[in-house]
Amino acid sequence: MDKRKLFISPVTRIEGHANITIELDDNGNVSDALFHVNEFRGFEKFCEGRMYTEMPTITPRICGICPTSHTLASVKACEMIQGIQPTYTANLLRRLMHIGQNLSSHALSFFHLSSPDFLLGYDSDPAKRNILGIAEKFPDIALRGIRLRKFGQELSERITGKKIHIMGIAPGGMAYPLTEENRKALLNWIPEALQTVQLGINIIRKFHEENTAMVQSFANSPTLYLGTVGSGGEHELYDGKLRFIDADGIILQDQVSPQQYLDFIAERSVNWSYLKYPYYKPLGFDKGFYRVGPLARLNVATRMKTPLAQKEFEHFKSIGSGKPVHGAFYYHYTRLIEALSDVEDAERILNDPDVTSLHIQHHGRWNYDEGIGSTEAPRGTLFHHYKTDETGKLVKVNLLIATGQNNPSMNRSVLEVARQYVKGDDIKEGMLNRVESAIRCYDPCLSCSTHAMGSMPMVIEVKDKKGELIKRLERF
Amino acid sequence: MSKKKLGTVWLGGCSGCHMSLLDIDERILEVAKLADIVKSPVVDGKEMPEVDIALVEGAITSDEHYRELLHIRKQAKTLIAFGDCAVMTNVTGMRNYFNLKDVLDTAYVNAISNDKEGKVPDHPSLLKLNEKVLPLQEVVKVDFVIPGCPPDADTIFYVLFEFLNDRLPDLGKAKKLKYG
Ligand code: SF4
Repeated sequence: MDKRKLFISPVTRIEGHANITIELDDNGNVSDALFHVNEFRGFEKFCEGRMYTEMPTITPRICGICPTSHTLASVKACEMIQGIQPTYTANLLRRLMHIGQNLSSHALSFFHLSSPDFLLGYDSDPAKRNILGIAEKFPDIALRGIRLRKFGQELSERITGKKIHIMGIAPGGMAYPLTEENRKALLNWIPEALQTVQLGINIIRKFHEENTAMVQSFANSPTLYLGTVGSGGEHELYDGKLRFIDADGIILQDQVSPQQYLDFIAERSVNWSYLKYPYYKPLGFDKGFYRVGPLARLNVATRMKTPLAQKEFEHFKSIGSGKPVHGAFYYHYTRLIEALSDVEDAERILNDPDVTSLHIQHHGRWNYDEGIGSTEAPRGTLFHHYKTDETGKLVKVNLLIATGQNNPSMNRSVLEVARQYVKGDDIKEGMLNRVESAIRCYDPCLSCSTHAMGSMPMVIEVKDKKGELIKRLERF
Repeated sequence: MSKKKLGTVWLGGCSGCHMSLLDIDERILEVAKLADIVKSPVVDGKEMPEVDIALVEGAITSDEHYRELLHIRKQAKTLIAFGDCAVMTNVTGMRNYFNLKDVLDTAYVNAISNDKEGKVPDHPSLLKLNEKVLPLQEVVKVDFVIPGCPPDADTIFYVLFEFLNDRLPDLGKAKKLKYG
């Protein structure tokens, strides 16, 4: 078969993170799409031989956007090895910094990365389709977005002493208490943060109303979903049990301990990507792909924990008439509903009288040779799994990263959008942006991400069977 | 004073250095007054044009990083190694103690969660990993370093602000300067 290839690469292909090959059939129709992830660091190997207690410091370096989630999954695995639990106050502080992580990551994704598409338009000048372009046209929105991210980062800093790659955490709890001064400073942020999130929600709801057909049809194939829920099925980010649902919303597994993850999840490595393809084991590789992250978490949850977020959640649920909502576009909306719940929950925790208590750490030591820790990173469920020898040295490390679990669906979303917008040699810039935004909906973090910010420039090469270049298109 | 050109690049790192750059928060608008950010994951990712200052995050892990770094060196008047991975490979370089095949097999063939069908990725569109990870200065001449994992935002802003005003930064003045 004479397959022609359309090669889409962020120019940062040169930086080497991710690119896409779209294969055309004889008639110029899209026959396949391969989403290549170009990033490999090798943590699973080089952590072997180190002490398990080093992991909460090493593993955040997997990703600068969600380091706190790695720290938490890691420290929980360590706690299982020691057989201890963090103190009540330590859990409050961890929840708070995890909220900070989620909020700053969601603010970055929405305001820095995606809002240019909504506010300036998909077909607007790519050189301006970034946060600085927003700052020129909508200075208030840009500033608010920057400050919402800042609040998230400050939650980390005021609790752990550092914004990125936090330090103040250890098995059993936290290294420093929260001072009254820091508690007050954080509380001061709440009203502004609430307003900013509401502003974001208004932007996305307006965009949805004006583009209903596109939003609903955009990369909307049904999948399974995985997310963490509390004991009553409520939305949960820090600590809970796993729930899998199918495409119709039927609960497949509920209240599964993350420590049983291997019973339900397997992964396959493929030759075209450094990112593996996880799947829901009972259904196998071909049928078992599932999604994680904000859309998945809201699809699986029965309710939200806070009042404003609950109201917005009800609106979200009405879109699918109670069934799961599949359109990848709804990732943006659900991300903001989570941000709303983050801010409300932060206020609740900051007002808990125990949050400044000095009882922040239980002490333990090595007791068991295996530990599994899990948490909801901004992009989805994250698992750290360690095995040690009897001196506490790691002999096996397994990391199941959030973005990895969306990989099969990202690949399929790209294929669907390409089918809709790519016809033979007819390649338009706006179309490219849609292929790209199919990926961006997932806010993929291919460092655990490719281009964290701004528009993803692309080079498209149309190639014939022998790999000879027929046509080249660049979009900057 | 004419407006400067600034580029920032992300090679083999975790993006944490770039996140710390974003942690200068509102001051990003001050930087934008003094310089056009002509290439960066923040605004745009096209190939590096000629710039006055290039901030380079991450170590050199592959053939593509290597080529890109040589290109940046040609284009940049001042090349700054941005963060510990760029300066001395840091966590990215921890795989240097093992041979590459073992490292790849551990992740793609022998992981606990893998099924039996796995292969080590080798598609022609993928970058080729180097046997050893290198810090920037083993490949090109580096003009300035900002240590830290990541460097703290105030230090980043200070260094940028000095360069953008044609002064050489004095790292002795940075408050939170340290490796790690
Ligand atoms: S120096 Fe630290 S923060 Fe920067 S890229 Fe390397 S690991 Fe990430």
